[in-house]
Amino acid sequence: MKPSRAADPYWMLLPTLLLLFVFFVFPLGKLVELSLFSWDLLTPAHYVGLANYRSLWRSGELWQTFSTTLSMSMAVVLGSMSAGLGLALLLDRPGRFAAFVRSAVFSAYIVSWVSVGLLFLWLLDADSGILAGAWRALAPGRAPHWLADPALAPWAVAAVTIWKITGYALVIFLAGLQDMPQSVLEAAQLDGASTARRFASVTWPLLRPTTLFVATTSLIASFQLFDVVRVMTQGGPVRSTTVFVYAIYEQLFLDLRVGRASAEAVVFFGILLLLTGAQFLLFRDQESG
Amino acid sequence: MRPGSGFGGGLGRALLCVVALVWLFPYLWMGLTSLKPLAEIIASPTALWPKKPTLDAYREVFRSLPLARYFFNTSVMALGIAALQILLALPAGYALAKLRFRGKRWALGLIVATLLVPAQVRFVPVFSLLASVGLVNTLTGLILPFGVSALGTFLVRQALLSVPDAQIEAARIDGASELYIVYRLLTPLLKPTLVSFFLFSFVSHWNDYFWPLVLTTDEHARTLPLAIALLREQGTGVRWHLVMAGNVILSLPALAVFAAAQRHLLRAVSMRGFGG
Repeated sequence: MKPSRAADPYWMLLPTLLLLFVFFVFPLGKLVELSLFSWDLLTPAHYVGLANYRSLWRSGELWQTFSTTLSMSMAVVLGSMSAGLGLALLLDRPGRFAAFVRSAVFSAYIVSWVSVGLLFLWLLDADSGILAGAWRALAPGRAPHWLADPALAPWAVAAVTIWKITGYALVIFLAGLQDMPQSVLEAAQLDGASTARRFASVTWPLLRPTTLFVATTSLIASFQLFDVVRVMTQGGPVRSTTVFVYAIYEQLFLDLRVGRASAEAVVFFGILLLLTGAQFLLFRDQESG
Repeated sequence: MRPGSGFGGGLGRALLCVVALVWLFPYLWMGLTSLKPLAEIIASPTALWPKKPTLDAYREVFRSLPLARYFFNTSVMALGIAALQILLALPAGYALAKLRFRGKRWALGLIVATLLVPAQVRFVPVFSLLASVGLVNTLTGLILPFGVSALGTFLVRQALLSVPDAQIEAARIDGASELYIVYRLLTPLLKPTLVSFFLFSFVSHWNDYFWPLVLTTDEHARTLPLAIALLREQGTGVRWHLVMAGNVILSLPALAVFAAAQRHLLRAVSMRGFGG
């Protein structure tokens, strides 16, 4: 449509573009600039070139943060996706009880990360937590220190995250199941295919785009985990749960190293872009193929 | 039952009960803990029901924290962000969906591109920017960086694509201004999208922890999630009954919105999913 006055579309977009520029475009440029300086927020900044990136790489910090983030994210994606798919199959049925259980699972996705973090901190508490208590009642000896043992803490935090975001996978998978052409499933049933057979040769292949979608969006979201880590473990014990965003936060607010924090944020953003690019390519192939 | 669904019968029902327990027991345990005195919690950690239920934990939380202030801050912030996002998304989405002008593709491209930049990436420079203009520790500083939602703008645009041009042209012939068209004529047509987006944005920002944590250093602009998380960090030994009472206070509003508007939130989640 032709605008009534030529200027109309521009003033309509002006506030949006202005705020996007100030809070998105400018910060990205500024981030790259800051990453080339050494600055503690108190004394004047000085230019150091790529030294921040080099030191992140040489100290092994970057690699450690990346592998922690990646392994926790993979656990979260695999866990929440299988739980979400299983629950979607289980809950794709009429009835009030099924609807109630769907709501219960989805509610965790709506409640804040802080609430969930505090709740599970208490459930997993090594002394008075109910899980430790149940453990003591069933097995002799002390319960494992889920959150104090560096070998267990990342998986404990991942499990809590799975509990929180399974509702997301559930909702998307349910939508996928309900969009499925009923005729195909009915035909398979008439042919006498068992439930397992119907799932393997009809439901699962038809769900492929949905699965891919849940996998990539959850992976990108899990890479940005922060709240649950800040509330439950503060990156510890022994940095075993220091994921990217927590590492950046720590550099900036606890160590006052603005340059290093920025360099790490630039790398982090690069990784997110790669993941999004991969998602885009996967979906393009999906649509053309 | 429709064919293709998973398990039926008794096994399915039993599994449903287990699932309900896994997702509901934590809430129940939170509520029960908040009603117990600390001594009881320590003496018998696994006892389900409180022997002497008491509201002391809630009294203590209300006494020790300026909860009214935190509620006010959190509500103003979340409502302010959600309202501003919709206010700005309407004209922008309208221009992008319905008007012909130079630079349109470029503007749409920029908006979609910012979907890729999460708050967790831009917080370092945004913090230093807001600090340089004295907006740290203010509600304005909490609201402004989220005043535009690329997602909201995009969703409004998508929804407007299906509104026939003739309807808008008819209003123009009747002498309606563009402002009238954007805010009065189109809003009823967009209601489902706007309501879902508003609620989702409100709940996400009510729950937000990261940004208030970065941008507030004292009580003045502190929000509820921050204050409740601090309950655990204060003092010696964790007083779980207080933390859980605080947690009930924090999660009840979100759960209430959820109970009242689940349909809309579900819509928002799947829109977010397939919207881009």
